[in-house]
Amino acid sequence: MGHMQNLSRRAFVLGTAAIAGGIAFGAFGTAEAATTTAGDNPLSAGLGPNSVTFNPWVEISPEKITLIAQHADIGQGVGSVQPIMIAEEMDLDPGQFDVRFAAPSPAYFNTGFADELAPFVAADQSPAAEEARAKTLEWLRQAGLQMTGGSSSMPDTYEKLRVAGAVARETLKAAAAKRSGIAVADLRTQSGHVILPNGTRIAYVDLSADAAKIPPVLDAKPRDPSQWRLLGRPMTRLDIRDKVMGELKFGIDMKMDGMLYAAVKLNPGKGQPLKSYDASKARTMPGVKTVLELKTGVAVIATNSWYAMKAVDAVICEWAPSAYPAEQADHWKVLESSFKPEFLGKEWRKTGDIEAALKTGKLVEAEYRAPYVGHQPLEPLNGIGLVTDSGMEIWVGHQSPRFVQDVAAKAIGLKPEQITFHNQWTGGSFGHRLEYENVRVLAEIANQMKGTPIKLVFSREEDFLQDIPRQIAIARHRGSVDKGKIVAADLQLASTAPFKGLLERSGTPTKDPDGQLATGLWNVYYDIPNFRGTSYEAQGLSPCTTWRSVGASTSGFFTESFIDELIHAAGLDPMKARIAMCTVPHYRKVLETVAEMSDWKGPLGNGRGRGVAFVESFGTPTAEVVEVSMTDRGIKIDKVWIAVDVGKVIDPVNFENQVQGGVIWGLGHAINCELTYAKGAVQQTNYNHHEAMRIYQCPVIEVRGLENDPKVRGVGEPPVPPAAPALANAIFAATGKRIREMPFNKFIDFV
Amino acid sequence: MIELMVNGIKRQVDVVPEMPLLWVLRDELGITSPKYGCGVAQCGACTVRIEGKAVRSCQAHIGEVAGKSVVTLEGLEKREQNPVIQAWIEHQVPQCGYCQTGQIMQAISLLDLISNPTDDEINQVMSGNLCRCGTYPRIRAAIHAAAAKKMAEK
Repeated sequence: MGHMQNLSRRAFVLGTAAIAGGIAFGAFGTAEAATTTAGDNPLSAGLGPNSVTFNPWVEISPEKITLIAQHADIGQGVGSVQPIMIAEEMDLDPGQFDVRFAAPSPAYFNTGFADELAPFVAADQSPAAEEARAKTLEWLRQAGLQMTGGSSSMPDTYEKLRVAGAVARETLKAAAAKRSGIAVADLRTQSGHVILPNGTRIAYVDLSADAAKIPPVLDAKPRDPSQWRLLGRPMTRLDIRDKVMGELKFGIDMKMDGMLYAAVKLNPGKGQPLKSYDASKARTMPGVKTVLELKTGVAVIATNSWYAMKAVDAVICEWAPSAYPAEQADHWKVLESSFKPEFLGKEWRKTGDIEAALKTGKLVEAEYRAPYVGHQPLEPLNGIGLVTDSGMEIWVGHQSPRFVQDVAAKAIGLKPEQITFHNQWTGGSFGHRLEYENVRVLAEIANQMKGTPIKLVFSREEDFLQDIPRQIAIARHRGSVDKGKIVAADLQLASTAPFKGLLERSGTPTKDPDGQLATGLWNVYYDIPNFRGTSYEAQGLSPCTTWRSVGASTSGFFTESFIDELIHAAGLDPMKARIAMCTVPHYRKVLETVAEMSDWKGPLGNGRGRGVAFVESFGTPTAEVVEVSMTDRGIKIDKVWIAVDVGKVIDPVNFENQVQGGVIWGLGHAINCELTYAKGAVQQTNYNHHEAMRIYQCPVIEVRGLENDPKVRGVGEPPVPPAAPALANAIFAATGKRIREMPFNKFIDFV
Repeated sequence: MIELMVNGIKRQVDVVPEMPLLWVLRDELGITSPKYGCGVAQCGACTVRIEGKAVRSCQAHIGEVAGKSVVTLEGLEKREQNPVIQAWIEHQVPQCGYCQTGQIMQAISLLDLISNPTDDEINQVMSGNLCRCGTYPRIRAAIHAAAAKKMAEK
């Protein structure tokens, strides 16, 4: 662990400087933090008569109990587990409460980002690291950063929602004690009621008025997990039935009286203006009400979405050219020439004497590539907007409620507080619904159609064209092996900066290096005595954003493929070598677990091969083994084993589904997905060109969750990064062919 | 006016005959279980039954559906008791859930054709239904469970 301690000291110096300068978020938070505090309960303002709220997550009226889901549900199941964490403590049963998505408020700042944004690797639990995380948390509180993402929902809410429920429970008991004259210690709660010693049951809703008159019991403690009724064991997600029955209304399913429908055609050279257009044909088409000019394109307003889409298709537009190179080959050229000091993001970590070590033993060098990739959740971008003289109401599924206010307000010259945001159930996101294309455009359209609710739906093609993709990256890795050991690894990558781009479009630009380019690059927990991890940030390329697992989706592939190459050069077994080199005991356990699950015994032979990869992302150590076989129709993925340590498995069935989904996401896109530019526009505009995995390619995926990590970790993203390198390493084991570029189907056929 | 039967009820719509059934159902009739995902028969989220056959409603022009009977997931007979629906709930298949209504309609059609499908048969029939969340292992398990349940009921 020697190098970890060195790492800590060095990073702490950087860390404190970064925190003093406002860490990764630059200017954000200074002005806003001065006027708002996270302590204000946004539920107080809307409270009806005889109703009570104890905190921003619980509201009880004489009629019903409402629990607030702070994090947006993008399919990951938090629309269910968040209220269930509260219900666990309140002794509520599913069906006894309504669930509502949180409105924009600094009270819902995300504590779960403290670990990811503090400049320390996750396994570093030193006092210095914890101090930096505490400072980051305080900064997050002041900034009121309300955002779903970064696999942070469980880390953020695990404590605070259970405390919120415990406070509600104890306050309701206090109210019942006051009414009945019986000591709180003699009261208990069950199934939405306070129970008196004589068996009398008082429903929570009947206590709301009384509870409103007493101060909340703030020192209530959540229960020990051994007492859980709901959490930690198989339970049915609250949204399953409605989704299966087709009754759940997604954002795209919403309808309002007097509503008209909009479709858009925007500059495919992302973000650039419209120069001129000819809508003469579109205006004569069925159902068309009007054609609107927007800053970056045109919109057709019609009596249904299909009429609007057909008509906007018929508008002829002349576009300003893209700000990035028109042709894909030039994107790669820019990346290739970005390994220079002037594009340095940061040297994230340096241990030992890398230059000297590279001259020791056998030198291994390899270049890796990862393309732009689309998010393309199956529900296309959409939203309903209504602008009136007093402001704008917007119904849209989004991960950053307060930034939606900012972006919509800025688009039409309003103040953020004039934007009323209603979050919606979404048909997936994968990072797509952290961006604002639909929000900005909808504000512009609704502002030109004042008084009429407008429903905007992006066609799939438009969604592809406007999708701000995953970062594109090249890695140039060097390393050396000597006497059967890896002695040096010098990991360098040049990439577009996804998180920086998102922050800029969120109105909070920063000059700090993009920390997402460090994930999978510096948090490498192998005992390699000479190590360096460096990022370069390419300039002038396509805007990029967070794509399920963000930086680690590319650097995890680069690092774990290259480690595999070094292990091979050293003549070692890929699994045994990783286990032997792993410096963090409970991370080693993750590798040992996946070895045991897969009964790893070295090479399989006969055209079959196994690959292993280990990546910690968002604090969650994850190890995967992929097994493939060569067939006459190409590579077939036979089986995947995956072990993940999340500290605590809160919702086991959903956990397994998330993990399997993450593996499928990682494998599918590695096999066959890329977005390429021609004439400034993305060339892939529907799923037939960007397919990912379908059921016929889907292997059996065996999942195990471990609970050794000292903290509760998220699992939405961490299964993604090891999938691609484990597959590439398996293909190498089966065929002897190293694939160093995604998508893999450019180099080898798949069944 | 174009007339058709939707979930057993006679409906009239005043749209151009080229308009896809999907958008008629969603925007004109307010039936939202068929989802728009791709518009080009690449995702299967819009799957409904026309005259008992599973079809991609984004590809069916309303003019051609005139006079025919359309059933969406909302209109399935004894929906709560349908073994596919029950298996989907028991196995907690959905994540975001957006593709699942189409998956379910396709799976019901599969079990009508093949009462006890193998994994290969499931792959053949279900591969046109895209799930971006990656619920395929659960889809497979739910179809096997629904098949077993259906056969046990016979």
